[in-house]
Amino acid sequence: MSIKGKAYVAGVWEHPLRDIPHLSTAQVHAECAKGALEDAGLSWGDIDAYFCAGDAPGFGAMSMADYMGLKLKHMDSTETGGSSYIVHAGHAAEAIAAGKCKVALITLAGRPLGSRTGFGDPQTRGERFRMAPQGGAGGGVNEVPEAGFENIWGGTTHNTYGMCAMRHMHDYGTTSEQLAWIKVAASHHAQWNEHAMLREVVTVEEVLASPMIADPLHRLDCCVISDGGGAVIMTTPEIAKSLKRPLVKVIGHGEANKGPRGGKDLDLTFSGAAWSGPPAWAEAGITPADIKYASIYDSFTITVLMQLEDLGFCKKGEGGKFVADGNLISGVGKLPFNTDGGGLCNNHPTNRGGITKIIEAVRQARGEAHPKVQVPNCDLVIAHGTGGSLGTRHGSGTLIMERE
Amino acid sequence: MSDVQDRERPTTRRIPAPGRNLESKPFWDAAQEGKFLIKRCTACGEPHWYPRTICPFCHSSDTKWEESKGEGEIYTFSVMRRNTPVPYAIGYVTLDEGVSLLTNFIDCDFDALKIGQRVKLKWSPTGEGTPPVFTFTTA
Repeated sequence: MSIKGKAYVAGVWEHPLRDIPHLSTAQVHAECAKGALEDAGLSWGDIDAYFCAGDAPGFGAMSMADYMGLKLKHMDSTETGGSSYIVHAGHAAEAIAAGKCKVALITLAGRPLGSRTGFGDPQTRGERFRMAPQGGAGGGVNEVPEAGFENIWGGTTHNTYGMCAMRHMHDYGTTSEQLAWIKVAASHHAQWNEHAMLREVVTVEEVLASPMIADPLHRLDCCVISDGGGAVIMTTPEIAKSLKRPLVKVIGHGEANKGPRGGKDLDLTFSGAAWSGPPAWAEAGITPADIKYASIYDSFTITVLMQLEDLGFCKKGEGGKFVADGNLISGVGKLPFNTDGGGLCNNHPTNRGGITKIIEAVRQARGEAHPKVQVPNCDLVIAHGTGGSLGTRHGSGTLIMERE
Repeated sequence: MSDVQDRERPTTRRIPAPGRNLESKPFWDAAQEGKFLIKRCTACGEPHWYPRTICPFCHSSDTKWEESKGEGEIYTFSVMRRNTPVPYAIGYVTLDEGVSLLTNFIDCDFDALKIGQRVKLKWSPTGEGTPPVFTFTTA
């Protein structure tokens, strides 16, 4: 069974704030849900399915579902890090296609700047860079199988993605200048987004001159750290057609996991996109050349480059050439990407960028992106994400959508 | 003369003691005796890392510990230079047995590290009563 055309994205909403010391995390989730419902023209009572990941406070989906007063027929708390929400969109489409539910809500929210459990105490902010789970340090019992062997080495997102960039450069000759073009393109888009954290247009030279964080990644190769959130509402074709919003349907989805796999034939130069992409393209019945706009997870510049290659937008190893010279800038290059400024410039709510990838792709498909970055006749879009660590284990999600 | 703060600043990153469980305990017990073990599957003959009871390739339960010399080459690395009291180098080493593992490089010039460079095991202590950990240095 295919999900092609059997589920529609009816509502999307992105929280406008980037630093949220004054709200609880549950409240931010609920505000996002409310925004997406209003965008769709649906009400709380219509929701019969809920999807969330580890950023949702409490017990799986139970705590937030109860907080929001939902009565559910279907629920899913699949956790693949920042890509979870793209995976959720595929799962929601499957559940809708199977008749298990009619209106599915997906939320993401968190406050790494304000502290998730405290009262905005700035003393807790120093922990925000550490990868979870950091269990394994301290010598006690830890049932996470890799913990004692891996979590002691000071692995952070920066240096584990840095290791991927280092090997990609070694194998394919990719350069820091080429990676910098990805940040440059994101900054060209962010200048038009009033909510973006970093709105200043930067140059390749400025990226290269920014401090080295974890070789070979400079500060401007890294995404921002922000509070925030977003929500997506998905529904049946019948309900979508009864609403007053442009019709955007899911036509393909794929997901995959990748890790060191027993340490044999380790290859950090490709991502799970190499496995989540092909089934999504096959289901959609289109190729990368058909795509008008791409939301590509941009935790770091190298993340974008590897995923573009693995999704087939260019040959493996030629990502550097592909992203150079403004090829990702809307109105300039061949593949407009992350026109909201992405994680590199706009936001990266609670270190998870998956939902904002869907939201901007839907804005583009609807023709509701900022006029300065809107892609003309944008009927086919993709949202793709990597969650966890590219350098250790991660989950990939690919979602292809079409505007009717 | 340097002030007190300068003298107290560490020169190398302190590596925490590893978390352990029933399955990994034999590895860490051996580490305390200075032995570096990997696992090999008797059914398919493949070594794997990190050590598991069930082979991740053929799923046989017939896996055995074997001692490794701890020699190999750098697959990749990254030097962490910010948000840390002292820079440190994380990376993957591909052992001569053919499996790759995550580690830290110590007692070497971080700016001279190169992919493909030969490295060898050098245990790092983690404290009294806890096992040492398998760091590597340039050969």
